[in-house]
Amino acid sequence: MLLTIRTTHRPATDLGFLLHKHPDHVHTREFPFGQATVFYPEASEEACTAAVLLDVDPVTMVRGRGGRDGAEDQYVNDRPYVASSLLSVVLARWFNSALSGRCERMPDLVSIALPLEARLAVVPCRGGDAFLRELFEPLGYQVETRRHALDDSIPELGESRLFTVTLRSSRRLGDLLTHLYVLVPVLDDQKHYWVGHDEVEKLLRHGEGWLERHPARDAIVSRYLVRQRGLVRDAIARLTAEEEPEEEATAERKEAGEHALERTLSLNDRRLDAVCDALRETGASRVLDLGCGEGKLLRRLLADPQFAEIVGMDVSSRALDAAERRLKLERLAPTQRERIRLLHSSLMYRDPRLAGFDAAVVMEVIEHLDPPRLRAFERVLFECARPGAVVLTTPNGEYNVRWPSLDAGRFRHPDHRFEWNRAAFQAWALGVASRFGYAVRFEPIGDEDPAVGAPTQMAVFTR
Amino acid sequence: MTLTIPELSLVVLIGASGSGKSTFARRRFAPTEVLSSDAFRALVADDENAQGATVDAFAALHFVAARRLARARLTVIDATNVQPEARKPLVALAREYHVLPVAIVLDLPDELCYERNRSRADRTFGPHVVRNQRSQLHRSLRGLGREGFRHVHVLRSQDEVDAAIIERQPLWNNRREERGPFDIVGDVHGCCDELVDLLRQLGYVTGESGAWRHPEGRKVVFLGDLVDRGPRIADTLRLAMSMVAEGNALCVPGNHDMKLKRKLEGREVMVSHGLERSLEELDQEPPDFRGAVRDFLDGLVSHYVFDEGRLVVAHAGMKEDMQGRGSAKVRDFALFGETTGETDEFGLPVRYNWASEYRGRASVVYGHTPVPEPEWLNRTLNIDTGCVFGGRLSACRWPEKEVVSVAARRIYVEPVRPFQPADTAPGLTAQQANDDLLDMDDVRGKRLIDTRLQRNVTIRDENAAAALEVMSRFAANPKWLIYLPPTMSPSETTKRDGLLEHPSEAFEYYRSHGMPRVVVEQKHMGSRAILVICRNEEVARSRFGVMDGEEGICYTRTGRRFFENAALERDIVQTVGAALGRSRFWERFQTDWACLDSELMPWSVKAIELVRQQYASVGAAARVGLGEAVAALEQARGRGVDVTGLLERHRSREAMAEQFARAYRHYCWPVNSLADIRIAPFHVMATEGAVHVDKDHVWHMETLASVVEAGGNLLMRTPYHVVDLGAQESEDAATKWWTELTEAGGEGAVVKPMAFVAHGRRGLLQPAIKCRGREYLRIIYGPEYTTPEYLQRLRQRGLSAKRSLALREFALGVEGLERFVRKEPLRRVHECVFGVLALESEPVDPRL
Repeated sequence: MLLTIRTTHRPATDLGFLLHKHPDHVHTREFPFGQATVFYPEASEEACTAAVLLDVDPVTMVRGRGGRDGAEDQYVNDRPYVASSLLSVVLARWFNSALSGRCERMPDLVSIALPLEARLAVVPCRGGDAFLRELFEPLGYQVETRRHALDDSIPELGESRLFTVTLRSSRRLGDLLTHLYVLVPVLDDQKHYWVGHDEVEKLLRHGEGWLERHPARDAIVSRYLVRQRGLVRDAIARLTAEEEPEEEATAERKEAGEHALERTLSLNDRRLDAVCDALRETGASRVLDLGCGEGKLLRRLLADPQFAEIVGMDVSSRALDAAERRLKLERLAPTQRERIRLLHSSLMYRDPRLAGFDAAVVMEVIEHLDPPRLRAFERVLFECARPGAVVLTTPNGEYNVRWPSLDAGRFRHPDHRFEWNRAAFQAWALGVASRFGYAVRFEPIGDEDPAVGAPTQMAVFTR
Repeated sequence: MTLTIPELSLVVLIGASGSGKSTFARRRFAPTEVLSSDAFRALVADDENAQGATVDAFAALHFVAARRLARARLTVIDATNVQPEARKPLVALAREYHVLPVAIVLDLPDELCYERNRSRADRTFGPHVVRNQRSQLHRSLRGLGREGFRHVHVLRSQDEVDAAIIERQPLWNNRREERGPFDIVGDVHGCCDELVDLLRQLGYVTGESGAWRHPEGRKVVFLGDLVDRGPRIADTLRLAMSMVAEGNALCVPGNHDMKLKRKLEGREVMVSHGLERSLEELDQEPPDFRGAVRDFLDGLVSHYVFDEGRLVVAHAGMKEDMQGRGSAKVRDFALFGETTGETDEFGLPVRYNWASEYRGRASVVYGHTPVPEPEWLNRTLNIDTGCVFGGRLSACRWPEKEVVSVAARRIYVEPVRPFQPADTAPGLTAQQANDDLLDMDDVRGKRLIDTRLQRNVTIRDENAAAALEVMSRFAANPKWLIYLPPTMSPSETTKRDGLLEHPSEAFEYYRSHGMPRVVVEQKHMGSRAILVICRNEEVARSRFGVMDGEEGICYTRTGRRFFENAALERDIVQTVGAALGRSRFWERFQTDWACLDSELMPWSVKAIELVRQQYASVGAAARVGLGEAVAALEQARGRGVDVTGLLERHRSREAMAEQFARAYRHYCWPVNSLADIRIAPFHVMATEGAVHVDKDHVWHMETLASVVEAGGNLLMRTPYHVVDLGAQESEDAATKWWTELTEAGGEGAVVKPMAFVAHGRRGLLQPAIKCRGREYLRIIYGPEYTTPEYLQRLRQRGLSAKRSLALREFALGVEGLERFVRKEPLRRVHECVFGVLALESEPVDPRL
């Protein structure tokens, strides 16, 4: 990992005083994650370049994770090569004076603007060229970026998210270092471990005077702080390691996909409202939320005393753990607590624990099932569990054309196996209703478009 | 004095405090059989006399008693039990678990009891307590039978108590020691002609007495309903009774037989459903025959457990929790089965389909409800094929499990409703229809799976939970998933310079475990793929119960369809199927389907996202980052700064980054059609009737070679060497091959013992060990792992967890196939497949 800082201030070699590193020497220092070296590729009156070279030990990186060998901590890791939060650590610990604008030998030099050029040899950036510019241009940098291909010999692989970035500006060295200190981890959107818990303090201290007014402030803050969890290795990720794109990428796409699309309509809230209303209308008191996820609907159901017994079921035990935390089940009053249960089960297996309810909600679930497996789902729900009523929602694929950001033919979520149009959904639902002895009616959810209908479609089955 | 009690019973001791119950129990029963109220008081309250803890103590005692009875353990209740309300829950418990309640009353004199209590410091109550208890006891004595106690024994003196001997009597239905062979005959209903036809066909002959017997000593088991409806009821009875009398047959009663018996005993019954036919015929018989029939019917036992518990017979079936037990409910179930309480459109009671929920280990053969075709369902078989209604008379041969039938000579009675199984989809067997849905209770929670190769394999709760999610969200139709391959351990870490793995350690592993020869197969650079190929769509339906018109499947090691593109998958399945056909594989193995274990190339088909986001991305970062670093260092050196060491190091890192990129590039090529895909099959896992783990690996290689030859461009052979572990030159040759292979960028090789299933001195050996090449391992351990100081640290990897996992998964995989080949219910196959998936979620270093 390489950062170079160049100046054409005269005499340029004063850079050595500011950095407290003599231009003719090679300076090394050990860090927990490897060795850092500072040397000067050029050092003359006219131009001086300091290079910060970080030689990260990949084995230590992995071993450092408490000996827990999971899918996420791979030896095959870009950390040794890219500018990351490790660079910030080096800046903070080894360039502390320069960073905070102190220089005993040349106290005046720290406070004047110098012509500076910083170059990050490789930095991963989620958000691409645009985001890079969004971060640095408002701070007065002239930004030059070069994006790298994943592999020139396999052009089909396409572009990487790796950039070589050059920043030019005339300013105090301390400011440049501070900006790099805060923004490199933000670009990378990933932090290593040894970052402590005082992140908020650090951010406020280093961001003083510029971050408050930065137009991308919110993005910077959330990216800087967000990556504190993330190390929990889990069995599922490993099981599907070969077949599933790594999780963060999925999450990213999801965020850019379904969520962002639908947020504009706050479709999620309208769907929850519609489902709750439909459920209330059935007169149900004992209800099932099949595929409850992290419990958004459960929270609403809890708020309505009509629902005396609420069971949230999901196939993901992680989702259920999250639901338990989010609903603060442990701290509910006993009378409330008695109303709700969480159940780890699956819509692919007959489960007697799901039988005997007044109504069941299946909200945005079926599109995650492979079409050939729908038959099992139908029997599990309509034949075996056989609730008095079923409220079921799924995306209306026709509506996708109304979202310009969604490429044609793509689904709203990478895990969707299908997104039916209205005719397909209604044909399926009518078939189910007649096979299992239910009546069914349909309702749109969200603003209805005259040509393509509403974004979400709902079927209410009763018997 | 001998007290006879059934071997499975709930023994309730009744007696006043101090009557010597505990001493009696201690002497006559095993300590774990006795549940004493005092002991339970102590358990819940630390004081065996804490009267305030009585309610809790009995709750705990009843709970333990229930668990014991559920497990069919004789249980003795040591408490005073002098009041009816104390005994009532115990009788209820015995009924719930279909065991017989037995009362043993210790009615000893007041003075004796009082004296005994006085001698104990912890029993401070006065004589009135014992007096009260005894009078309650006396008031109870006469009513014990009415309360439900089938056996009541009263001991009235210490001498009687001392002399009492407990004799445990096997239940009538316990015939576990009778191993057969049997011919189990369904409902005859007076169809004596057909019965004779059937007996002849089964090889029975008439002996000197005129009674039928089998020259090989086989026995007939009549499933009841000998009488009513048909044309020759008395003859049928005569035949059956004579066979039973001579020990050549056993008979369980049917509901018709019991109704006839009640009529013959002179009781009031409604004469209907063909009973009138029986009475007509019996009226023509002499009275002593009628008496003999009555006695015969009276002596019939509701059901039998045969063959060490492997076979249960009863007229209308027998649920698992009732087998080998005795109660009125058990008898009723044996005679009538269970009904839902509803009636159908013909006015007949709707039968509750107990067989679809049956999970017992014993096979149950039964009759009672006519079906067109006897079909195994969850180890149960209904062989009433409705002879009297013009169907057939059928027998099940045990242990052969074959069904033999003879046609009815004519329709004797028109059936009230057409006999047909209720919910069978056309073209599916009853079992396949039943298997359309699997049950949560068959996969959830902690499980022990019994496997032939490794006895019990434990699946932990949290791993089952992980597997449930993967199976539900990603897996293909479980009917296709008959096998998941095991994980594979690498060889012991080598000490050779610059390497982590080398074949010599794998050779040494097998040599040290006594294997004379091994097979070394090239490890292909692809993804594991399981192919299940049917000869045609019809086979997919009839053998796998898959109705989607598919002819096979190609799935990954986690049970997911390999291709989202259904047309591409169909092309592959059909191409492999055609190759099997052309190589005369179907004929050679007399099979219509095959399960092949294979490697599918390129790896990038399945792992393109992984290549993109991890490998290529790291490669690009390394290339650019190290390139810039080298340039900066060169510039510094140019102006005289001493960076020689750093520069050298970064140049070598740059070279390793390039080697890393070369390594992953071997695994990537674009796939646009079938022509871009290669499949290398290396195991013939199973075909109809056979799991081929009894063949050695050379057999598998050669068998598949002919299939590959017929497979055109799609299929490829797996190069292999047989290595004699006693001959250095043989080992050297294989090592040389491995070295060339891996230095050219190949992934490596897999070393397998000659036998598919190999046992060493300490049990099952690893079925395969992989030796991966130095360049390939960059993909696993990172571009620079060959740097000596990194390599030194990586050598500390431990293999034991991986090896244990590999063995358990191997045992489960083979077990699943064996169950499928035995045509066991899908849940039994799925249990193993699910188990492999669950084990895969155990935390093991993923780089191994």
